[in-house]
Amino acid sequence: MIVAAIQTTQAIVIAASFAVITAVGLYAGRWRKADLHDLDEWALGGRQFGGVLTWFLQGGSVYTTYSFVAVPALVFGAGAIGFFALPYLVITYLVAFLVVPRLWQLAHDRGYVTPSDFVRDRFKSRWLAAAVTLTGIVATMPYVALQVYGIEICMAQIGLPVQASLWTAFALLAVITYLAGLRSATLIAVVKDVLIWVTVVVAVIYIPLHLGGYGHAFSKVPASKLLLPRRMDGDYVTLAIGSGLALFLYPHTLTGALASKSRFVVQRNSIFLPVYTVMLGLLAILGYMAIADGIHPSAHYGNNAAVPALLDQVFPAWFAGFGLASIAIGALVPAAMMAIAAANLFARNVWRELRPDTSPHRQTQVSKLASLVVKFGAVGFVLAAPTTYVVNFQLAAGVWILQTLPAVFVGILWRKLPARAALAGWTVGIGYGTYLLVRAGFDSSSASFGVGSHHTQLFIGVPALVANLLVTGGITLVLRLRGKESLQAIATS
Amino acid sequence: MGQVEGEVRSQRRRWALFLFVLPVVAIVYPPLYDRVHPTVGGVPFFVWYQLCVVVFGGAVTGIVYLLRGAERAHAE
Repeated sequence: MIVAAIQTTQAIVIAASFAVITAVGLYAGRWRKADLHDLDEWALGGRQFGGVLTWFLQGGSVYTTYSFVAVPALVFGAGAIGFFALPYLVITYLVAFLVVPRLWQLAHDRGYVTPSDFVRDRFKSRWLAAAVTLTGIVATMPYVALQVYGIEICMAQIGLPVQASLWTAFALLAVITYLAGLRSATLIAVVKDVLIWVTVVVAVIYIPLHLGGYGHAFSKVPASKLLLPRRMDGDYVTLAIGSGLALFLYPHTLTGALASKSRFVVQRNSIFLPVYTVMLGLLAILGYMAIADGIHPSAHYGNNAAVPALLDQVFPAWFAGFGLASIAIGALVPAAMMAIAAANLFARNVWRELRPDTSPHRQTQVSKLASLVVKFGAVGFVLAAPTTYVVNFQLAAGVWILQTLPAVFVGILWRKLPARAALAGWTVGIGYGTYLLVRAGFDSSSASFGVGSHHTQLFIGVPALVANLLVTGGITLVLRLRGKESLQAIATS
Repeated sequence: MGQVEGEVRSQRRRWALFLFVLPVVAIVYPPLYDRVHPTVGGVPFFVWYQLCVVVFGGAVTGIVYLLRGAERAHAE
């Protein structure tokens, strides 16, 4: 643990920002007043948000600490590979445009709140729904932990006591979310966006000037970091495709989409959300700027502290505080959404499944309490576990959630997919993916694949998904052939 | 009957979906853009090319939406 003096100006700015979002979050409970004992109201904001609010909300669920801290850290530490985030989000929005609006329509017509609600209703299979629920909860928890970790880095950067500041931040978030649900995440997302956009725009103009222009700054970056290393093309593309297919399988991203008032809002957002991707690209460039500025991040947080350290070093104290506050609040919004989404999975697809007579009000109550458990569980995990665990579990989560693709996405696009086939595919995908993760020592999401002397690194999620799809497809084929035979048998008898 | 008509209409201009091949092709093969030159304002090609593809992807989505969305508005 690093012991540094508290930087007073930065600390005051961060405290003031948190005061503002607390006020906004509490106001959210009265905004568009409705009965917050109703799960649709608490967890989905009443399914009524138009284009602009959905843009902020979805921006808050897609662009998280992963984008603001982990991606620039990857560029700082490993170089060009970190830019996989750009093709990743290109793929993401194609998926969001093609698949998510159909899920919105089904959810609207049939009252789904979670992806498992859809699976349970479409396939009439408890086991497949249980598999999707379990994967959703297990994959979301480390994602929440990553958000906590992002806040921790910002707090530590200015010497605030980590434990006390994290518990305070999450106690505030817990109260706000408990009372106002998704409405608070939506309004805080608007405030967060103002902060983060100001930070990024100022940073990409000011920092290169400070370093003598982009040309000069890039000339200080080792040439090896400006391009992909040999044999990393496959890794780059599979990371992009795998992550792109996976993002809207996470329950919290679906929450953002279901809160909108029509499927056309969801489609239009696929046109305008890439604006955030451009911002993410600019933030990733700051990873290079940190190299050019000769940043030596703290030994404890390593590369992940590169951009927070850069902001702190380059800017005057008050603006450094502003920038760090924007990153910290940028982590709070997705954390709130993830906690709500995981809690909904628990309330609707675990609790209600076991006690079908649970009243809707009781369900909301269970969900609210579960959201508290998720948040404080994540803080406890981050404070107790070694930090490498947080990042590694997040990598594994990406591999796991991708294995729900046949059940959720294929299930939406093709009505005839048999539950047994999707469940068998999921089992093989999770098993094979986990085997590969363990073989990679659980600290990398890539492994080497190839025949003979031709080897390439690939993101583990993709070969696991291929195995998953092969099994799903194979069993579907067998079941359908058998089905035809028995139909013929009936016809001829 | 009206329902069927609407469904038939929303099937039209399905070809527009094939436009999505363009942004995917643009990023799926990194050797295509894995180089430093030409730089723009000092920013390597690898970075600014992909930023352009992001914007291009949004534009293609917008075009597909207009081509197909206008139909849906009729159908509803």
